[in-house]
Amino acid sequence: MHTLPLNYKLTAFKTIVWKEVRRFLRIWVQTLVPPVITISLYFVIFGNLIGSRIGQMNGFTYMEFIVPGLIMMAVINNSYANVVSSFFSQKYQRSIEELLVSPVPNYVILSGFVIGGVTRGLAIGLIATIMSLFFTGLHMHNIAITLLVVLMSSIVFSLGGFINAIYANKFDDITIIPTFILTPLIYLGGVFYSVDLLPDFWRLVSQINPIFYMVNAFRYGILGVSDVNVVFAFLMLVMFTVTLFLFALFLLRRGKGLRH
Amino acid sequence: MFFLYNAGSQCQFCRSFSMTPAISIKDLYKTYDNGFEALKGISLDVAEGDFFALLGANGAGKSTTIGVLSTLVRKTSGSVQVFGKNVDTNSYETKLDLGVVPQEVNFNHFEKVFDIVVTQGGYYGLPVKLAKQRAEKYLKQLGLWDKQNQQARNLSGGMKRRLLIARALVHEPRLLLLDEPTAGVDIELRRSTWEFLQEINRGGTTIILTTHYLEEAETLCRNIAMIDAGVIVENTSMKSLLRKLHQEYFLLDLREELTQAPVLDGYNCQLIDPAILEVALESHQDLNDVFNRLQALNIQVKSMRNKSNRLEQLFVSLLKKPEQTA
Repeated sequence: MHTLPLNYKLTAFKTIVWKEVRRFLRIWVQTLVPPVITISLYFVIFGNLIGSRIGQMNGFTYMEFIVPGLIMMAVINNSYANVVSSFFSQKYQRSIEELLVSPVPNYVILSGFVIGGVTRGLAIGLIATIMSLFFTGLHMHNIAITLLVVLMSSIVFSLGGFINAIYANKFDDITIIPTFILTPLIYLGGVFYSVDLLPDFWRLVSQINPIFYMVNAFRYGILGVSDVNVVFAFLMLVMFTVTLFLFALFLLRRGKGLRH
Repeated sequence: MFFLYNAGSQCQFCRSFSMTPAISIKDLYKTYDNGFEALKGISLDVAEGDFFALLGANGAGKSTTIGVLSTLVRKTSGSVQVFGKNVDTNSYETKLDLGVVPQEVNFNHFEKVFDIVVTQGGYYGLPVKLAKQRAEKYLKQLGLWDKQNQQARNLSGGMKRRLLIARALVHEPRLLLLDEPTAGVDIELRRSTWEFLQEINRGGTTIILTTHYLEEAETLCRNIAMIDAGVIVENTSMKSLLRKLHQEYFLLDLREELTQAPVLDGYNCQLIDPAILEVALESHQDLNDVFNRLQALNIQVKSMRNKSNRLEQLFVSLLKKPEQTA
Protein backbone atom coordinates (compact mmCIF):
# COMPACT_ATOMS: atom_id res chain seq x y z
CA MET A 1 0.00 0.00 0.00
CA HIS A 2 1.52 3.29 -1.10
CA THR A 3 1.04 6.40 0.97
CA LEU A 4 0.66 10.03 0.06
CA PRO A 5 3.27 12.71 0.78
CA LEU A 6 2.80 14.54 4.06
CA ASN A 7 2.27 17.95 2.46
CA TYR A 8 -0.54 16.47 0.37
CA LYS A 9 -2.29 15.23 3.53
CA LEU A 10 -1.77 18.58 5.26
CA THR A 11 -3.30 20.44 2.31
CA ALA A 12 -6.32 18.10 2.34
CA PHE A 13 -6.64 18.46 6.12
CA LYS A 14 -6.51 22.27 5.96
CA THR A 15 -9.08 22.22 3.16
CA ILE A 16 -11.53 20.17 5.22
CA VAL A 17 -11.04 22.30 8.35
CA TRP A 18 -11.42 25.55 6.44
CA LYS A 19 -14.54 24.25 4.71
CA GLU A 20 -16.03 23.38 8.11
CA VAL A 21 -15.14 26.76 9.59
CA ARG A 22 -16.52 28.54 6.52
CA ARG A 23 -19.76 26.58 6.94
CA PHE A 24 -20.42 27.57 10.54
CA LEU A 25 -19.40 31.17 9.88
CA ARG A 26 -21.70 31.32 6.84
CA ILE A 27 -24.69 30.23 8.93
CA TRP A 28 -23.65 32.19 12.04
CA VAL A 29 -27.25 33.03 12.87
CA GLN A 30 -27.87 29.32 13.41
CA THR A 31 -24.51 28.37 14.87
CA LEU A 32 -23.17 31.30 16.91
CA VAL A 33 -26.14 33.39 18.00
CA PRO A 34 -28.37 30.74 19.70
CA PRO A 35 -25.69 29.49 22.14
CA VAL A 36 -24.87 33.07 23.09
CA ILE A 37 -28.52 33.76 23.92
CA THR A 38 -28.92 30.46 25.81
CA ILE A 39 -25.78 31.02 27.89
CA SER A 40 -26.84 34.61 28.68
CA LEU A 41 -30.17 33.30 29.99
CA TYR A 42 -28.41 30.71 32.15
CA PHE A 43 -26.14 33.38 33.61
CA VAL A 44 -29.02 35.76 34.31
CA ILE A 45 -31.59 33.27 35.62
CA PHE A 46 -29.55 30.56 37.36
CA GLY A 47 -26.47 32.55 38.24
CA ASN A 48 -27.82 35.96 39.05
CA LEU A 49 -31.48 35.66 40.05
CA ILE A 50 -31.66 32.21 41.65
CA GLY A 51 -27.96 31.87 42.44
CA SER A 52 -27.97 34.88 44.77
CA ARG A 53 -30.44 33.02 47.03
CA ILE A 54 -28.58 29.70 47.01
CA GLY A 55 -25.50 30.85 48.84
CA GLN A 56 -22.08 29.23 48.62
CA MET A 57 -21.19 25.91 46.95
CA ASN A 58 -17.80 24.27 47.59
CA GLY A 59 -16.57 27.60 48.93
CA PHE A 60 -17.59 29.71 45.93
CA THR A 61 -20.65 31.78 45.06
CA TYR A 62 -23.19 29.84 43.04
CA MET A 63 -22.43 32.01 39.99
CA GLU A 64 -18.72 31.23 40.26
CA PHE A 65 -19.51 27.54 40.73
CA ILE A 66 -21.70 27.15 37.62
CA VAL A 67 -19.56 29.24 35.21
CA PRO A 68 -17.12 26.36 34.39
CA GLY A 69 -20.04 23.95 33.92
CA LEU A 70 -21.89 26.36 31.63
CA ILE A 71 -18.77 26.97 29.53
CA MET A 72 -18.20 23.23 29.26
CA MET A 73 -21.86 22.68 28.36
CA ALA A 74 -21.55 25.19 25.53
CA VAL A 75 -18.34 23.58 24.26
CA ILE A 76 -19.80 20.05 24.36
CA ASN A 77 -23.10 20.98 22.68
CA ASN A 78 -21.50 22.99 19.92
CA SER A 79 -18.69 20.57 19.14
CA TYR A 80 -21.22 17.77 18.83
CA ALA A 81 -23.76 19.82 16.87
CA ASN A 82 -21.21 21.08 14.38
CA VAL A 83 -19.91 17.69 13.33
CA VAL A 84 -23.20 15.82 13.42
CA SER A 85 -25.05 18.41 11.33
CA SER A 86 -22.21 19.07 8.89
CA PHE A 87 -21.29 15.46 8.21
CA PHE A 88 -24.89 14.30 8.03
CA SER A 89 -25.95 17.06 5.65
CA GLN A 90 -22.96 16.26 3.43
CA LYS A 91 -23.98 12.61 3.54
CA TYR A 92 -27.62 13.49 2.90
CA GLN A 93 -26.94 15.64 -0.15
CA ARG A 94 -24.12 13.27 -1.15
CA SER A 95 -21.46 15.99 -1.30
CA ILE A 96 -19.44 13.71 0.98
CA GLU A 97 -18.71 11.77 -2.22
CA GLU A 98 -16.36 14.64 -3.17
CA LEU A 99 -14.13 13.43 -0.36
CA LEU A 100 -14.77 9.72 -0.76
CA VAL A 101 -13.61 9.62 -4.39
CA SER A 102 -10.52 11.67 -3.56
CA PRO A 103 -7.35 10.07 -2.18
CA VAL A 104 -7.74 11.71 1.26
CA PRO A 105 -7.02 9.03 3.88
CA ASN A 106 -9.83 8.23 6.32
CA TYR A 107 -7.96 9.50 9.36
CA VAL A 108 -7.43 12.86 7.64
CA ILE A 109 -11.16 13.10 6.84
CA LEU A 110 -12.04 12.26 10.44
CA SER A 111 -9.44 14.65 11.89
CA GLY A 112 -10.63 17.45 9.61
CA PHE A 113 -14.24 17.17 10.72
CA VAL A 114 -13.23 16.83 14.38
CA ILE A 115 -11.03 19.92 14.30
CA GLY A 116 -13.88 21.78 12.57
CA GLY A 117 -16.12 20.82 15.52
CA VAL A 118 -13.43 21.72 18.03
CA THR A 119 -13.00 25.14 16.40
CA ARG A 120 -16.70 25.94 16.80
CA GLY A 121 -16.82 24.43 20.30
CA LEU A 122 -13.85 26.47 21.49
CA ALA A 123 -15.10 29.63 19.78
CA ILE A 124 -18.40 29.33 21.66
CA GLY A 125 -16.49 28.44 24.84
CA LEU A 126 -14.45 31.63 24.46
CA ILE A 127 -17.58 33.71 23.90
CA ALA A 128 -19.20 32.12 26.98
CA THR A 129 -16.07 32.89 29.04
CA ILE A 130 -16.09 36.53 27.93
CA MET A 131 -19.81 36.79 28.74
CA SER A 132 -19.25 35.33 32.19
CA LEU A 133 -16.97 38.29 32.96
CA PHE A 134 -20.05 40.52 32.95
CA PHE A 135 -21.45 38.52 35.86
CA THR A 136 -18.45 37.41 37.89
CA GLY A 137 -14.66 37.53 38.00
CA LEU A 138 -12.63 34.82 36.24
CA HIS A 139 -10.59 32.52 38.45
CA MET A 140 -7.79 30.49 36.90
CA HIS A 141 -6.39 27.82 39.18
CA ASN A 142 -4.43 25.92 36.50
CA ILE A 143 -4.54 27.14 32.91
CA ALA A 144 -2.86 24.03 31.45
CA ILE A 145 -5.46 21.68 32.95
CA THR A 146 -8.26 24.02 31.92
CA LEU A 147 -7.15 24.18 28.28
CA LEU A 148 -6.35 20.47 28.04
CA VAL A 149 -9.68 19.41 29.49
CA VAL A 150 -11.71 21.72 27.31
CA LEU A 151 -9.78 20.63 24.21
CA MET A 152 -10.11 16.92 24.93
CA SER A 153 -13.78 17.22 25.82
CA SER A 154 -14.41 19.05 22.58
CA ILE A 155 -12.60 16.30 20.65
CA VAL A 156 -14.60 13.56 22.41
CA PHE A 157 -17.94 15.16 21.53
CA SER A 158 -16.90 16.01 18.01
CA LEU A 159 -16.10 12.32 17.57
CA GLY A 160 -19.48 11.49 19.11
CA GLY A 161 -21.18 13.76 16.60
CA PHE A 162 -19.29 12.11 13.75
CA ILE A 163 -20.38 8.61 14.80
CA ASN A 164 -23.98 9.79 15.23
CA ALA A 165 -23.90 11.25 11.70
CA ILE A 166 -22.54 8.02 10.22
CA TYR A 167 -25.40 6.00 11.70
CA ALA A 168 -28.07 8.61 10.94
CA ASN A 169 -30.35 7.97 7.99
CA LYS A 170 -32.68 10.94 8.39
CA PHE A 171 -32.59 14.34 10.06
CA ASP A 172 -34.57 13.02 13.06
CA ASP A 173 -31.67 10.69 13.83
CA ILE A 174 -29.30 13.58 14.47
CA THR A 175 -31.60 15.19 17.04
CA ILE A 176 -32.47 12.04 19.03
CA ILE A 177 -29.05 11.60 20.66
CA PRO A 178 -28.61 15.28 21.67
CA THR A 179 -32.18 15.49 23.02
CA PHE A 180 -32.51 12.17 24.82
CA ILE A 181 -28.93 11.38 25.80
CA LEU A 182 -26.62 14.39 25.62
CA THR A 183 -28.85 16.94 27.38
CA PRO A 184 -29.73 14.65 30.35
CA LEU A 185 -26.06 13.68 30.72
CA ILE A 186 -25.05 17.36 30.78
CA TYR A 187 -27.71 18.31 33.33
CA LEU A 188 -26.84 15.31 35.50
CA GLY A 189 -23.12 15.85 35.03
CA GLY A 190 -22.70 18.34 37.84
CA VAL A 191 -23.02 21.55 35.85
CA PHE A 192 -25.45 23.08 38.34
CA TYR A 193 -24.62 21.26 41.57
CA SER A 194 -21.98 19.38 43.50
CA VAL A 195 -22.58 15.60 43.68
CA ASP A 196 -22.08 15.92 47.43
CA LEU A 197 -25.70 17.12 47.48
CA LEU A 198 -26.94 13.85 45.98
CA PRO A 199 -27.98 10.70 47.86
CA ASP A 200 -25.39 7.88 47.74
CA PHE A 201 -27.15 5.94 44.98
CA TRP A 202 -27.34 8.91 42.58
CA ARG A 203 -23.79 9.90 43.44
CA LEU A 204 -22.69 6.43 42.23
CA VAL A 205 -24.84 6.73 39.10
CA SER A 206 -23.19 10.08 38.32
CA GLN A 207 -19.83 8.32 38.15
CA ILE A 208 -20.76 6.46 34.96
CA ASN A 209 -21.53 9.76 33.25
CA PRO A 210 -18.48 10.88 31.18
CA ILE A 211 -19.59 14.52 31.29
CA PHE A 212 -19.37 14.43 35.09
CA TYR A 213 -15.59 13.94 34.77
CA MET A 214 -15.19 16.63 32.15
CA VAL A 215 -17.15 19.26 34.06
CA ASN A 216 -15.31 18.51 37.29
CA ALA A 217 -11.84 18.43 35.75
CA PHE A 218 -12.61 21.72 34.02
CA ARG A 219 -13.95 23.20 37.24
CA TYR A 220 -10.75 22.09 38.95
CA GLY A 221 -8.70 23.93 36.31
CA ILE A 222 -10.65 27.13 36.92
CA LEU A 223 -11.64 27.05 40.61
CA GLY A 224 -9.34 24.37 42.04
CA VAL A 225 -12.28 22.30 43.37
CA SER A 226 -13.54 19.00 41.98
CA ASP A 227 -15.82 16.10 42.95
CA VAL A 228 -13.46 13.63 41.27
CA ASN A 229 -9.77 12.84 41.10
CA VAL A 230 -8.41 14.95 38.23
CA VAL A 231 -5.89 12.33 37.11
CA PHE A 232 -8.68 9.77 36.89
CA ALA A 233 -10.78 12.28 34.94
CA PHE A 234 -7.91 12.71 32.46
CA LEU A 235 -7.57 8.97 32.05
CA MET A 236 -11.28 8.77 31.29
CA LEU A 237 -10.94 11.52 28.70
CA VAL A 238 -7.99 9.79 27.02
CA MET A 239 -9.88 6.51 26.98
CA PHE A 240 -12.97 8.10 25.43
CA THR A 241 -10.91 9.96 22.84
CA VAL A 242 -8.95 6.89 21.71
CA THR A 243 -11.96 4.55 21.72
CA LEU A 244 -14.24 6.90 19.79
CA PHE A 245 -11.50 7.83 17.30
CA LEU A 246 -10.75 4.18 16.53
CA PHE A 247 -14.44 3.33 16.29
CA ALA A 248 -15.15 6.24 13.94
CA LEU A 249 -12.17 5.20 11.81
CA PHE A 250 -13.45 1.64 11.72
CA LEU A 251 -16.86 2.85 10.50
CA LEU A 252 -15.25 5.01 7.82
CA ARG A 253 -13.09 2.14 6.63
CA ARG A 254 -16.12 -0.11 6.42
CA GLY A 255 -17.90 2.65 4.51
CA LYS A 256 -20.88 2.39 6.86
CA GLY A 257 -23.71 4.35 5.24
CA LEU A 258 -21.24 5.89 2.78
CA ARG A 259 -20.16 3.24 0.29
CA HIS A 260 -22.52 0.60 -1.11
CA MET B 1 5.28 16.09 -6.09
CA PHE B 2 5.45 16.04 -9.86
CA PHE B 3 2.87 13.30 -10.09
CA LEU B 4 0.43 15.34 -8.04
CA TYR B 5 0.50 18.67 -9.79
CA ASN B 6 1.44 17.73 -13.30
CA ALA B 7 -0.58 14.60 -13.80
CA GLY B 8 -2.11 15.93 -17.00
CA SER B 9 1.13 16.94 -18.70
CA GLN B 10 2.93 13.82 -17.57
CA CYS B 11 0.11 11.84 -19.06
CA GLN B 12 0.37 13.60 -22.42
CA PHE B 13 4.08 12.93 -22.53
CA CYS B 14 3.79 9.23 -21.89
CA ARG B 15 0.51 8.53 -23.63
CA SER B 16 1.82 7.66 -27.04
CA PHE B 17 4.29 5.16 -25.55
CA SER B 18 2.06 3.55 -23.00
CA MET B 19 0.63 0.13 -23.66
CA THR B 20 -1.00 -0.10 -20.26
CA PRO B 21 -4.78 0.19 -20.49
CA ALA B 22 -6.40 3.10 -18.70
CA ILE B 23 -8.67 0.61 -17.02
CA SER B 24 -8.62 -3.13 -16.93
CA ILE B 25 -11.56 -4.91 -15.32
CA LYS B 26 -11.54 -8.68 -14.88
CA ASP B 27 -14.48 -10.84 -13.78
CA LEU B 28 -16.15 -8.06 -11.84
CA TYR B 29 -19.12 -9.09 -9.75
CA LYS B 30 -21.28 -6.90 -7.57
CA THR B 31 -24.18 -8.08 -5.47
CA TYR B 32 -25.82 -5.42 -3.32
CA ASP B 33 -26.92 -6.07 0.26
CA ASN B 34 -30.52 -6.50 -0.90
CA GLY B 35 -29.41 -9.42 -3.09
CA PHE B 36 -29.56 -7.57 -6.41
CA GLU B 37 -26.83 -8.77 -8.75
CA ALA B 38 -25.77 -5.60 -10.57
CA LEU B 39 -22.65 -7.00 -12.25
CA LYS B 40 -22.27 -10.63 -13.25
CA GLY B 41 -18.63 -11.04 -14.13
CA ILE B 42 -17.84 -8.24 -16.54
CA SER B 43 -14.38 -7.90 -18.09
CA LEU B 44 -13.36 -4.77 -19.92
CA ASP B 45 -10.21 -2.99 -21.08
CA VAL B 46 -10.17 0.67 -22.08
CA ALA B 47 -7.07 1.95 -23.87
CA GLU B 48 -5.30 5.09 -22.70
CA GLY B 49 -6.49 8.14 -24.63
CA ASP B 50 -9.73 6.47 -25.67
CA PHE B 51 -13.18 8.04 -25.63
CA PHE B 52 -15.20 5.07 -24.51
CA ALA B 53 -18.95 4.64 -24.13
CA LEU B 54 -20.66 2.33 -21.70
CA LEU B 55 -24.20 1.96 -22.90
CA GLY B 56 -27.14 0.33 -21.24
CA ALA B 57 -30.68 0.76 -20.05
CA ASN B 58 -31.51 1.95 -16.54
CA GLY B 59 -30.35 -0.62 -13.99
CA ALA B 60 -28.10 -2.40 -16.51
CA GLY B 61 -24.96 -1.92 -14.38
CA LYS B 62 -23.33 1.19 -15.89
CA SER B 63 -23.35 3.31 -12.74
CA THR B 64 -22.30 0.35 -10.61
CA THR B 65 -19.25 -0.08 -12.86
CA ILE B 66 -18.41 3.62 -12.52
CA GLY B 67 -19.07 3.32 -8.78
CA VAL B 68 -16.59 0.46 -8.42
CA LEU B 69 -13.95 2.42 -10.35
CA SER B 70 -14.46 5.47 -8.14
CA THR B 71 -14.59 3.28 -4.96
CA LEU B 72 -18.07 4.48 -4.00
CA VAL B 73 -19.29 0.94 -4.66
CA ARG B 74 -17.50 -2.02 -3.13
CA LYS B 75 -17.05 -4.89 -5.54
CA THR B 76 -18.07 -8.39 -4.50
CA SER B 77 -15.21 -9.99 -6.45
CA GLY B 78 -12.95 -9.46 -9.44
CA SER B 79 -10.05 -7.15 -10.09
CA VAL B 80 -9.93 -3.54 -11.23
CA GLN B 81 -6.78 -1.78 -12.39
CA VAL B 82 -6.39 1.88 -13.30
CA PHE B 83 -3.30 2.59 -15.42
CA GLY B 84 -1.89 -0.74 -14.33
CA LYS B 85 -2.40 -0.14 -10.62
CA ASN B 86 -4.77 -2.19 -8.55
CA VAL B 87 -7.50 -0.06 -6.95
CA ASP B 88 -7.41 -2.22 -3.81
CA THR B 89 -3.69 -2.06 -3.11
CA ASN B 90 -2.87 1.33 -4.69
CA SER B 91 -6.04 3.22 -3.93
CA TYR B 92 -4.34 6.59 -3.31
CA GLU B 93 -2.49 6.54 -6.63
CA THR B 94 -5.45 5.30 -8.64
CA LYS B 95 -7.72 7.94 -7.11
CA LEU B 96 -5.26 10.67 -8.09
CA ASP B 97 -5.63 9.55 -11.70
CA LEU B 98 -9.43 9.65 -11.63
CA GLY B 99 -11.92 12.46 -12.09
CA VAL B 100 -15.53 11.53 -11.45
CA VAL B 101 -18.65 13.23 -12.76
CA PRO B 102 -21.57 11.53 -11.03
CA GLN B 103 -25.05 11.06 -12.41
CA GLU B 104 -26.67 12.99 -9.57
CA VAL B 105 -25.66 16.53 -8.64
CA ASN B 106 -23.74 16.00 -5.42
CA PHE B 107 -22.17 19.29 -4.36
CA ASN B 108 -23.21 21.50 -1.46
CA HIS B 109 -25.87 23.75 -2.98
CA PHE B 110 -25.12 26.52 -0.51
CA GLU B 111 -21.44 26.77 -1.41
CA LYS B 112 -20.21 29.24 -3.98
CA VAL B 113 -19.35 27.86 -7.41
CA PHE B 114 -15.70 28.92 -7.14
CA ASP B 115 -15.33 27.46 -3.63
CA ILE B 116 -16.69 24.09 -4.73
CA VAL B 117 -13.99 23.69 -7.36
CA VAL B 118 -11.15 25.09 -5.22
CA THR B 119 -12.11 22.86 -2.28
CA GLN B 120 -12.03 19.80 -4.52
CA GLY B 121 -8.53 20.82 -5.61
CA GLY B 122 -7.53 20.88 -1.94
CA TYR B 123 -8.75 17.30 -1.52
CA TYR B 124 -6.29 16.35 -4.26
CA GLY B 125 -3.41 18.13 -2.57
CA LEU B 126 -3.33 21.22 -4.81
CA PRO B 127 -1.97 24.32 -3.05
CA VAL B 128 -4.63 27.05 -2.81
CA LYS B 129 -3.00 29.26 -5.45
CA LEU B 130 -2.86 26.48 -8.02
CA ALA B 131 -6.36 25.28 -7.15
CA LYS B 132 -7.68 28.81 -7.74
CA GLN B 133 -5.88 29.05 -11.10
CA ARG B 134 -7.30 25.71 -12.20
CA ALA B 135 -10.78 26.64 -10.98
CA GLU B 136 -10.65 29.84 -13.03
CA LYS B 137 -9.39 27.97 -16.09
CA TYR B 138 -12.11 25.30 -16.07
CA LEU B 139 -14.95 27.58 -14.99
CA LYS B 140 -14.05 29.86 -17.90
CA GLN B 141 -13.83 26.99 -20.35
CA LEU B 142 -17.22 25.70 -19.22
CA GLY B 143 -18.88 29.12 -19.34
CA LEU B 144 -19.39 29.40 -15.57
CA TRP B 145 -16.87 32.11 -14.70
CA ASP B 146 -19.49 34.83 -14.38
CA LYS B 147 -21.32 32.62 -11.86
CA GLN B 148 -18.24 32.05 -9.68
CA ASN B 149 -19.59 33.95 -6.67
CA GLN B 150 -23.10 32.56 -6.85
CA GLN B 151 -24.35 29.79 -4.62
CA ALA B 152 -24.54 26.57 -6.61
CA ARG B 153 -28.28 26.25 -5.93
CA ASN B 154 -28.88 29.28 -8.16
CA LEU B 155 -27.43 27.59 -11.25
CA SER B 156 -29.64 26.07 -13.93
CA GLY B 157 -29.69 22.28 -14.34
CA GLY B 158 -27.28 22.39 -17.27
CA MET B 159 -24.88 24.69 -15.43
CA LYS B 160 -24.88 22.37 -12.41
CA ARG B 161 -23.81 19.51 -14.63
CA ARG B 162 -21.01 21.62 -16.10
CA LEU B 163 -19.92 22.55 -12.60
CA LEU B 164 -19.60 18.83 -11.86
CA ILE B 165 -17.27 18.55 -14.86
CA ALA B 166 -15.17 21.54 -13.77
CA ARG B 167 -14.90 20.06 -10.28
CA ALA B 168 -13.81 16.68 -11.67
CA LEU B 169 -11.11 18.29 -13.81
CA VAL B 170 -9.50 20.55 -11.21
CA HIS B 171 -6.72 18.07 -10.46
CA GLU B 172 -6.32 17.31 -14.19
CA PRO B 173 -6.91 13.57 -13.99
CA ARG B 174 -5.64 11.15 -16.62
CA LEU B 175 -8.99 9.39 -16.68
CA LEU B 176 -12.37 11.11 -16.56
CA LEU B 177 -15.45 9.07 -15.65
CA LEU B 178 -18.71 10.65 -16.74
CA ASP B 179 -21.93 9.08 -15.58
CA GLU B 180 -24.61 10.46 -17.88
CA PRO B 181 -23.11 13.94 -18.01
CA THR B 182 -25.74 15.54 -20.20
CA ALA B 183 -28.89 14.05 -18.69
CA GLY B 184 -31.55 16.75 -18.66
CA VAL B 185 -29.33 19.27 -20.45
CA ASP B 186 -30.81 21.25 -23.35
CA ILE B 187 -29.54 20.64 -26.87
CA GLU B 188 -27.37 23.75 -27.13
CA LEU B 189 -25.60 23.13 -23.83
CA ARG B 190 -25.27 19.45 -24.64
CA ARG B 191 -23.52 20.24 -27.91
CA SER B 192 -21.10 22.67 -26.30
CA THR B 193 -20.40 20.16 -23.52
CA TRP B 194 -19.63 17.55 -26.19
CA GLU B 195 -17.20 19.93 -27.87
CA PHE B 196 -15.51 20.61 -24.55
CA LEU B 197 -15.17 16.91 -23.79
CA GLN B 198 -13.76 16.22 -27.24
CA GLU B 199 -11.16 18.92 -26.66
CA ILE B 200 -10.22 17.44 -23.28
CA ASN B 201 -9.91 14.04 -24.92
CA ARG B 202 -7.72 15.44 -27.72
CA GLY B 203 -5.51 16.88 -24.97
CA GLY B 204 -4.85 13.30 -23.86
CA THR B 205 -7.41 12.59 -21.14
CA THR B 206 -9.02 9.18 -21.37
CA ILE B 207 -12.80 9.49 -21.08
CA ILE B 208 -15.31 6.83 -20.15
CA LEU B 209 -18.88 7.91 -20.59
CA THR B 210 -22.09 6.20 -19.60
CA THR B 211 -25.15 7.38 -21.37
CA HIS B 212 -28.43 6.33 -22.72
CA TYR B 213 -28.38 9.12 -25.28
CA LEU B 214 -27.25 6.91 -28.10
CA GLU B 215 -26.54 9.87 -30.31
CA GLU B 216 -24.09 11.08 -27.67
CA ALA B 217 -22.15 7.83 -27.77
CA GLU B 218 -22.16 7.78 -31.56
CA THR B 219 -20.95 11.37 -31.81
CA LEU B 220 -18.23 11.24 -29.18
CA CYS B 221 -16.91 7.75 -28.69
CA ARG B 222 -14.44 5.62 -30.60
CA ASN B 223 -15.12 2.43 -28.70
CA ILE B 224 -18.19 1.12 -27.00
CA ALA B 225 -19.41 -1.57 -24.64
CA MET B 226 -23.07 -2.40 -24.22
CA ILE B 227 -24.16 -3.72 -20.89
CA ASP B 228 -27.41 -5.45 -20.12
CA ALA B 229 -28.48 -6.94 -16.79
CA GLY B 230 -24.91 -6.88 -15.50
CA VAL B 231 -23.42 -8.60 -18.54
CA ILE B 232 -21.46 -7.04 -21.39
CA VAL B 233 -23.29 -7.98 -24.59
CA GLU B 234 -21.00 -6.12 -27.00
CA ASN B 235 -17.54 -4.60 -26.76
CA THR B 236 -16.07 -3.22 -29.93
CA SER B 237 -15.20 -0.09 -31.87
CA MET B 238 -18.01 2.26 -32.80
CA LYS B 239 -17.19 1.81 -36.50
CA SER B 240 -17.38 -1.95 -36.46
CA LEU B 241 -20.52 -1.80 -34.36
CA LEU B 242 -22.22 0.46 -36.87
CA ARG B 243 -21.10 -1.82 -39.69
CA LYS B 244 -23.23 -4.51 -38.12
CA LEU B 245 -26.32 -2.57 -39.01
CA HIS B 246 -28.28 -4.47 -41.60
CA GLN B 247 -30.43 -1.49 -42.37
CA GLU B 248 -29.71 2.18 -42.38
CA TYR B 249 -32.30 4.92 -42.57
CA PHE B 250 -31.95 8.11 -44.60
CA LEU B 251 -34.17 11.15 -44.58
CA LEU B 252 -34.51 12.88 -47.94
CA ASP B 253 -35.74 16.48 -48.02
CA LEU B 254 -37.81 16.85 -51.18
CA ARG B 255 -37.99 19.93 -53.32
CA GLU B 256 -41.75 19.49 -53.78
CA GLU B 257 -44.27 18.02 -51.40
CA LEU B 258 -45.84 14.62 -52.10
CA THR B 259 -49.23 13.27 -51.11
CA GLN B 260 -48.07 9.66 -50.84
CA ALA B 261 -44.76 7.83 -50.71
CA PRO B 262 -43.39 6.71 -54.07
CA VAL B 263 -43.12 2.99 -54.69
CA LEU B 264 -39.48 2.03 -55.23
CA ASP B 265 -39.14 -1.65 -55.93
CA GLY B 266 -37.05 -3.36 -53.23
CA TYR B 267 -36.90 -0.32 -50.97
CA ASN B 268 -38.98 0.50 -47.93
CA CYS B 269 -40.07 4.15 -48.24
CA GLN B 270 -42.44 6.24 -46.20
CA LEU B 271 -43.38 9.87 -45.94
CA ILE B 272 -42.51 11.36 -42.56
CA ASP B 273 -43.83 14.70 -43.70
CA PRO B 274 -45.15 15.78 -47.13
CA ALA B 275 -41.62 16.99 -47.95
CA ILE B 276 -39.54 14.37 -46.09
CA LEU B 277 -39.10 10.86 -47.40
CA GLU B 278 -37.60 8.14 -45.23
CA VAL B 279 -35.79 5.39 -47.13
CA ALA B 280 -34.51 2.20 -45.50
CA LEU B 281 -31.37 0.85 -47.14
CA GLU B 282 -30.21 -2.74 -46.74
CA SER B 283 -26.44 -3.22 -46.48
CA HIS B 284 -26.23 -4.57 -50.07
CA GLN B 285 -28.26 -1.71 -51.55
CA ASP B 286 -26.92 1.45 -53.13
CA LEU B 287 -28.01 5.02 -52.46
CA ASN B 288 -27.26 6.02 -56.08
CA ASP B 289 -29.89 3.55 -57.22
CA VAL B 290 -32.44 5.29 -54.97
CA PHE B 291 -31.60 8.67 -56.48
CA ASN B 292 -31.85 7.29 -60.02
CA ARG B 293 -35.26 5.82 -59.32
CA LEU B 294 -36.52 9.01 -57.73
CA GLN B 295 -35.15 10.95 -60.70
CA ALA B 296 -37.10 8.67 -63.01
CA LEU B 297 -40.27 9.54 -61.07
CA ASN B 298 -39.39 13.23 -61.38
CA ILE B 299 -38.89 13.60 -57.63
CA GLN B 300 -36.12 16.08 -56.81
CA VAL B 301 -34.10 15.69 -53.61
CA LYS B 302 -32.95 18.93 -52.00
CA SER B 303 -30.81 17.47 -49.25
CA MET B 304 -30.28 14.29 -47.31
CA ARG B 305 -29.37 13.24 -43.77
CA ASN B 306 -28.70 10.12 -41.85
CA LYS B 307 -31.41 9.21 -39.39
CA SER B 308 -29.75 9.46 -36.00
CA ASN B 309 -31.20 6.40 -34.35
CA ARG B 310 -28.89 3.89 -36.00
CA LEU B 311 -27.27 2.92 -32.76
CA GLU B 312 -30.64 2.68 -31.11
CA GLN B 313 -31.77 0.02 -33.54
CA LEU B 314 -28.61 -1.94 -32.94
CA PHE B 315 -28.89 -1.51 -29.19
CA VAL B 316 -32.43 -2.85 -29.18
CA SER B 317 -31.48 -5.77 -31.42
CA LEU B 318 -28.50 -6.67 -29.22
CA LEU B 319 -30.56 -6.59 -26.08
CA LYS B 320 -33.16 -8.83 -27.70
CA LYS B 321 -30.62 -11.55 -28.50
CA PRO B 322 -30.53 -13.21 -25.07
CA GLU B 323 -34.32 -13.38 -24.99
CA GLN B 324 -34.40 -14.95 -28.43
CA THR B 325 -31.91 -17.64 -27.48
CA ALA B 326 -33.59 -18.30 -24.13
